Amino acid sequence: MRHLSGTQKAALVILAVVTLASLAAGWLAPSYATQFRDAISAPPSPKFPLGTDELGRDRLARLLYGTRVSLLLAPAAALLSTLIAAFFGGTAGYLGGHWERMVTSGIDLFLSLPWLFLLLAVRALMPLNTSPITSVILTFLLLGCLGWASPARIIRAGTRTLVNSDYLLQARASGVSPARLFWRHLLPNLRPILAAQFWISIPVFILSEANLSLLGLGVAEPLPSWGAMLRDLENYTAVLENPWMLAPAVLLIAVVSCLQLLLRTEDPLPC
Amino acid sequence: MLSILARQFRRILLTVLVGGLLGATLVRLGPGFGVDERELDNRLNAQSLQAIRSERAAENNVAVFYWHYLAGLAHGDLGFSRSLNRPVAELFKERLPLTLVSLLYGVLGGIAFGLGLALLTVAWRGPASNLVPSLVSGLCLAVPAAVIALIFLWMGAGGRWAIALVVFPHVYRYAKNLLVSAYQSPHVLAAEAKGLSNLRVLVAHVMFPAAPQLAALAGISVSLAFGASIPIEVVSDTPGIGQLAWRAALERDLPLLVNITILIALLTLAVNTLADLALASRRAAS
Repeated sequence: MRHLSGTQKAALVILAVVTLASLAAGWLAPSYATQFRDAISAPPSPKFPLGTDELGRDRLARLLYGTRVSLLLAPAAALLSTLIAAFFGGTAGYLGGHWERMVTSGIDLFLSLPWLFLLLAVRALMPLNTSPITSVILTFLLLGCLGWASPARIIRAGTRTLVNSDYLLQARASGVSPARLFWRHLLPNLRPILAAQFWISIPVFILSEANLSLLGLGVAEPLPSWGAMLRDLENYTAVLENPWMLAPAVLLIAVVSCLQLLLRTEDPLPC
Repeated sequence: MLSILARQFRRILLTVLVGGLLGATLVRLGPGFGVDERELDNRLNAQSLQAIRSERAAENNVAVFYWHYLAGLAHGDLGFSRSLNRPVAELFKERLPLTLVSLLYGVLGGIAFGLGLALLTVAWRGPASNLVPSLVSGLCLAVPAAVIALIFLWMGAGGRWAIALVVFPHVYRYAKNLLVSAYQSPHVLAAEAKGLSNLRVLVAHVMFPAAPQLAALAGISVSLAFGASIPIEVVSDTPGIGQLAWRAALERDLPLLVNITILIALLTLAVNTLADLALASRRAAS
């Protein structure tokens, strides 16, 4: 494991606290959907530390459950996209020829369209009136299935370099079978690239979900998500009067910043 | 160079055509396609309902629709948007200039800000000069484009500057890494050892050789800016192509969505190709 700087350790602690809090949501703030009709748009109080929304729902509970949705499903989507990228990028780099050209053209096609446009167009073609759980699954499946192109390009290049390396040449010359070559020699060496692509995808997917939900195409109500909660920010005067409404935005920015800090390797400056 | 141009042109054409076809296929397979709200009107008789259905008959077969679309495109006819009840060409004519101006401001603003900060960081070479821009760019990278648009809306600023703020952190990081590696190359070390002034080293030995890669920033920035323009135009209610794309997607407007897909792919690929050509010509020259 690489050495972590002080800032990166702090980021790790923040992420751990946020993840644990979201996992303990059921204990900390039991219900995200209960509507307290006697406390509509209530300010923060001991009972509701972040107040309630216009339907009388506990904002803290919604924030914790929303965090759970984003923090658990974004890595799942990242894993899916990395696996798809590993299949296409890895086989293209390993096999070469027509398959490599086909995969490269597919990658070019996906990358020729801006990520958010692609996501928006395909999400809009899925059923829009779905149950909240289906909408969550659809949103993150889509992120996973459409986010493969950029990692696949890097994995293809990495595989190509490995295929042309001396030790693989020697293994081939020694008569090692293609399957063994792939599983024993190529895949273990591709692991760092795959891991990097997995971690890079997580903040991208968290932000994409937020954008999609803000446009009304993400996670459906009453299930909370960071993006869906950010829609409250459209009411500028309400935000000015109730600054605690900014909590989802602050938490989202803090978590994505922490993830980016952890992903950063060295940041050298010429001296 | 001509062969590279021809190859790139072929690549763009093929990608755009396949992209358009995929877009059309996805819309055709999407749930709710072919359903017309007018069919719910009890006053319509069987003949009227049949007439409404036959209006969409050509769209039921994707291959036929796409063929007709391409034939029309060759004659400058982009089709008709059913959701907005207007010709697509008219919608593009009205909205494209607005988005292009926003993109121009956003891309140029993002590049100027990002490149300027990257230059300051590498030229100054102090811990503070690295820390502040890194923090600002990190913060901008962590905020969804739609939230940036909301903040700009609150401040009464235009959406085009929100696009610049989305583009800037990517430009800053790319340009900084590029300039840092340029500073570490042997010819720059030799120039510094000879006692050349910092400005001369920066301009003649760092910036000049890195110019083609910096030009490639335009390619990355245009794609980023287009993506950002969708939530930004929707949130700030700007009647541009980004907002049109959102409406087309929600309304499942096949001709409109295919045209927007082709337009965006064409613009993005054209700018990327220009950046690639700049790099290729530089390599050929050296």
